[in-house]
Amino acid sequence: MNGTSRTLASEIAASAGANAAACYQCGKCSAGCPMAADSDLRPHNLMRLVMQNRRAEALSDPTIWYCLTCETCSERCPNGCDPARVIDALREMSLAAGISQTPKNIKAFHRAFLEQVRTNGRVHEMGLVMEYKLRSGDLMKDATNAAPMFSRGKLSLRAHRIKGIDEMKRIFEACGTGS
Amino acid sequence: MSRVGVFVCHCGENIARTVDVAKVAEALKDHPGVAFTTDYKYMCSDPGQALVRKAIEEHNLTGVVVAACSPHMHEKTFRNASDKAGLNKYMCEMANIREHCSWIHENRDEATAKAMDITRTIIEKVKHNKPLDPIRIPITKKALVIGAGIAGIQAALDIADGGHKVILIEKEASIGGHMSQLSETFPTLDCSQCILTPRMVEAYQHPNIELHTWSEVESIDGYIGNFTAKIRKKARTVDEDLCNGCGDCLAVCPAKRISSEFEVGLGNRTAIYVPFPQAVPNIPVLDRPNCTLFKGRAKGLAKDACGKCKEACLKGAIDFDAEDTFVEEQVGAVVVATGFQLYSIGREQPQGLKGYGEYGYGEVPDVIDGLQFERLASASGPTAGAIRRPSDGKEPKTVVFVHCVGSRDPEKGIKYCSKICCMYSAKHAMLYKHKVHDGRAVAFYMDIRAAGKGYDEFSRRAIEEDHAEYIRGRVSRIFREGDVVKVWGFDTLSGEQVVIDADMVVLATAVRPQPDAKKLAQVIGCSFDEHGFINEAHPKLRPVETNTAGVFVAGACQAPRDIPDSVAMASAAAAKVMGLFSAEELERDPAVAIVNEATCIGCMNCARACPYNAIEQREICTVDGHVCGHTAWVNPGVCQGCGTCQAVCLSKSVELQTFTDEQVYSEINALCLWE
Amino acid sequence: MNAQYTATPREGIAYYPGCSLHGTSREFDESLRAIAPVLGLRIKEIDDWSCCGASSGHMTDHLLGVALPARNLALAEAEGFDRVVAPCAACYNRLAISQHEIAADPGLAERMPDILGRPFRNSVEVVNANQLLRDAADAIKEKTAATGKPNPLVGVKLAAYYGCLLVRPAAVAAGEDSENPSSIDDVIRACGAEAVDWNMKVECCGASLSFSRTASVVRLGRAIVSDARAHGAEAIVVACPLCHSNLDLRQKAMTARGQEPLPVIFITQLVGLALGLPAGQLGLDRHFVPTAPLLARLSERALAREADEARKKAEAAAKAAARAEKVAAAPRGGEPE
Repeated sequence: MNGTSRTLASEIAASAGANAAACYQCGKCSAGCPMAADSDLRPHNLMRLVMQNRRAEALSDPTIWYCLTCETCSERCPNGCDPARVIDALREMSLAAGISQTPKNIKAFHRAFLEQVRTNGRVHEMGLVMEYKLRSGDLMKDATNAAPMFSRGKLSLRAHRIKGIDEMKRIFEACGTGS
Repeated sequence: MSRVGVFVCHCGENIARTVDVAKVAEALKDHPGVAFTTDYKYMCSDPGQALVRKAIEEHNLTGVVVAACSPHMHEKTFRNASDKAGLNKYMCEMANIREHCSWIHENRDEATAKAMDITRTIIEKVKHNKPLDPIRIPITKKALVIGAGIAGIQAALDIADGGHKVILIEKEASIGGHMSQLSETFPTLDCSQCILTPRMVEAYQHPNIELHTWSEVESIDGYIGNFTAKIRKKARTVDEDLCNGCGDCLAVCPAKRISSEFEVGLGNRTAIYVPFPQAVPNIPVLDRPNCTLFKGRAKGLAKDACGKCKEACLKGAIDFDAEDTFVEEQVGAVVVATGFQLYSIGREQPQGLKGYGEYGYGEVPDVIDGLQFERLASASGPTAGAIRRPSDGKEPKTVVFVHCVGSRDPEKGIKYCSKICCMYSAKHAMLYKHKVHDGRAVAFYMDIRAAGKGYDEFSRRAIEEDHAEYIRGRVSRIFREGDVVKVWGFDTLSGEQVVIDADMVVLATAVRPQPDAKKLAQVIGCSFDEHGFINEAHPKLRPVETNTAGVFVAGACQAPRDIPDSVAMASAAAAKVMGLFSAEELERDPAVAIVNEATCIGCMNCARACPYNAIEQREICTVDGHVCGHTAWVNPGVCQGCGTCQAVCLSKSVELQTFTDEQVYSEINALCLWE
Repeated sequence: MNAQYTATPREGIAYYPGCSLHGTSREFDESLRAIAPVLGLRIKEIDDWSCCGASSGHMTDHLLGVALPARNLALAEAEGFDRVVAPCAACYNRLAISQHEIAADPGLAERMPDILGRPFRNSVEVVNANQLLRDAADAIKEKTAATGKPNPLVGVKLAAYYGCLLVRPAAVAAGEDSENPSSIDDVIRACGAEAVDWNMKVECCGASLSFSRTASVVRLGRAIVSDARAHGAEAIVVACPLCHSNLDLRQKAMTARGQEPLPVIFITQLVGLALGLPAGQLGLDRHFVPTAPLLARLSERALAREADEARKKAEAAAKAAARAEKVAAAPRGGEPE
């Protein structure tokens, strides 16, 4: 196999071990997908884009960010195509390529989450919520739930920073994540 | 003194492009023992063969070497040509300078040199060839047909009409197979039993057919033309000669709630039963495990707990003490026609298969398979042909037909397409709409496979005339919610999730070989694939033969197949059998192994290594009958000429004719001694 | 940190709570700690554990999604354990997948110690709370019987909700049937309650989109809760903080007016109730869908059962006494009085 043109399918096969060519577009994945109702592109559509090497469309699609990784598609696919793994790979590739169209809220959530992990080692939920609101601009989100959460002792004001915080920085650097 | 003729073929451009054939012929002119060489464009053509014949006559050749293609292609051709010219055909050999030389090399000089080497080896071999006569073995002109579904019945009728005797075995109480369970057949919507039962009766009454129902093959020994088949006639408990089929015993049997296998669980039968009203033979059989009397005997009761059937029988045909009997038959050919079973989506699965948890493992009420739907639609079925759902007997107003359940699903263990389901699902949709005019038929499919004559038109009829809704997409989940069966599917053509609240769901489950298919194949001695389908000898050119000489195959036991193809295959197998029976004796290739009894030490290594059970141990006796030793003996009728025995023989006592040690060593020497 | 590797593993099982169990799902942690000693389970929280990365890790960077959980496996290994329990389904899933991927990829296994900056042999087995409790079923039954109090859970109908991450992919399902799992059902039965047969056992609740696409979570959750209700469940038993939060915190949006909401309780809380521990100790007062009404009903039923049994006993005793009297008063056959 000559390496002159790396197709989207071959890259995903190499990184995620999933064989897009095995997909015969039966639609069983999309039939059972909990987020199909809210997405434009469903799992089998994304597999088709991969098969057809439509890189820009696949990587810049916002709906790949709606995937819950519930793995229902991969569990039921008759050919073991593992759409869940393929979608994860698309997400990673889209961020690396800088063309991701992550919906604002979801982007904000992931950024806020990973920022917490990088700086504290653990996710302090109060901090997560605040940072999420700032990044997403969704300031009123769950505002009415805040007080009940406090009163039930579910939210603490103070974040806990782990002792081995340097190890976290080391891991993030080693993975070279640009998120 | 050897006088070998060498004929080097151009094979058009196939050989001549890479090998300088004229040079090869020229170079071999002076090889010791060669009396004549030539090269020619197409040796296998008429003029080419004439060349061989002429050279044999003119030059008194004692051996012929044709340097050309593979012996698999034309060894027979040139041997026949030699034979016509009066030279024993086994003095003719082929040197493969095409597949082994010109087709795999590019350098002309090197390929030409190699072609010379190859031809030299065969010349040296032929110098050691001996004239051989074909082996002649007798043929028993009687056939054994295993399985009496439509394929088995057809094969039996054809052989019987051809004037030969047939033993027809069926493991169920009646012949007819799955075709007798069908309501109507595609693409004509003929009533299945109406077209089948005349054949069944014909097979039953044919003077040349001996029918054994409720019987199985216990063992088959022997070889082509000379098989010994042992048949187990299971205890029917009803004497077939005395019974007149009146049915009084069925009427009085107290055990009435046994799930009927013929009705695929949708109806009941009694313990003493006839599987269906049109059964052939119309003689009941007693299901002993479910019979009150036999259950009592198993518990050790002193007095028999029942006996009503025997009391009711005016012919005295019932014998509770009957046991399995055995029948031994000598036959010359075997036809395997054991048919298929449907894949089950349940939890319990054989090795290599998985069930469909996402469809409820077969435990969801009103989710049925294709054969069950046939019984619902059938006029002689449990609902007298009305479409009623099993759980509450209501007429379903929305029926979903799901294609490809098990088939084309590698994760569940079945990669293949079952071929008949697209057609019978279309048929089911049509039958449903014909009976329930205001009903909604929805079919979830992946592709429509309708390749037979009139098949595509038939499947379009379902959509265009009977208005079945065809949705392209596979179903993710099937489960029960209250009174409906929820089906979660997808329409890939319009790009939407589709959820149907069905009253009943019919699954088109995969076609699989019978549960005991592998075991039976081992008894018969023919090979089978990972699923248990019998292997054909060659997928393209030898579809009804197996790799075991004398054993033929017909119908769905070889691969999923519909009725017309099964019938055609059965007639083809019958033709093969009749071809076999047309000669007085069977002529076999003498390239078999022969044991030199003088040097054989009787260790029987060869017998253990022989894949075809062709080697026996024989006693060597003195004149007064005293056993003084043992030797191996190869049965020339069974030996397939593989040569394994020769490789494992410790005393070098067994040799394959046409591949003796001397011949093989001379080939090797030829490579070393000549440049 | 103790970096010695002992040949025999340390007794007990390492405990990885994860961020949720120290935050919004405190009750999962509290109830686990409450029941562990009663069942004889020696759990020890891993020192200085860090976030497993949950969804955000693997959705944005594959290697990060493997490395973050691996750090915690390395920590457990360093503490000498050969098993770690991760009650949070997401943490369980990430730790198990990480363990699995590293075991299957020797190249990755070689790079891990360098990425983590710690020694790492990938020798720790990952289990979740359901597996732990299912394996302790006998202990649960024994201790439940030994409380001396009537078991409030007898006869209550519960829907076992597994969600996605405990049963998929099959590699981490630990022998469970992904379409029809049974570990939570088994624990429910071990507690004396009844596990209903229902349809949404393994359908996703909307997971990490709780904040970013709440509408999806409400849509999915509604189908789950209404199916549980339709099959007669009085409460839903979960083993995942995200499922709990989605079905508990957000159930108000899924519930029609006039409909009674269904309490959502953790499997560890359920076991705690069977063991007779007080509701406060199990964190049952922290939920958004109040559990108090259900608990009150259950305790009423338990008392009623107890009273019923006592009555039956008394009746039987009375009958026996009456019979004994009759026998004593009756003349003995064949003998003059």
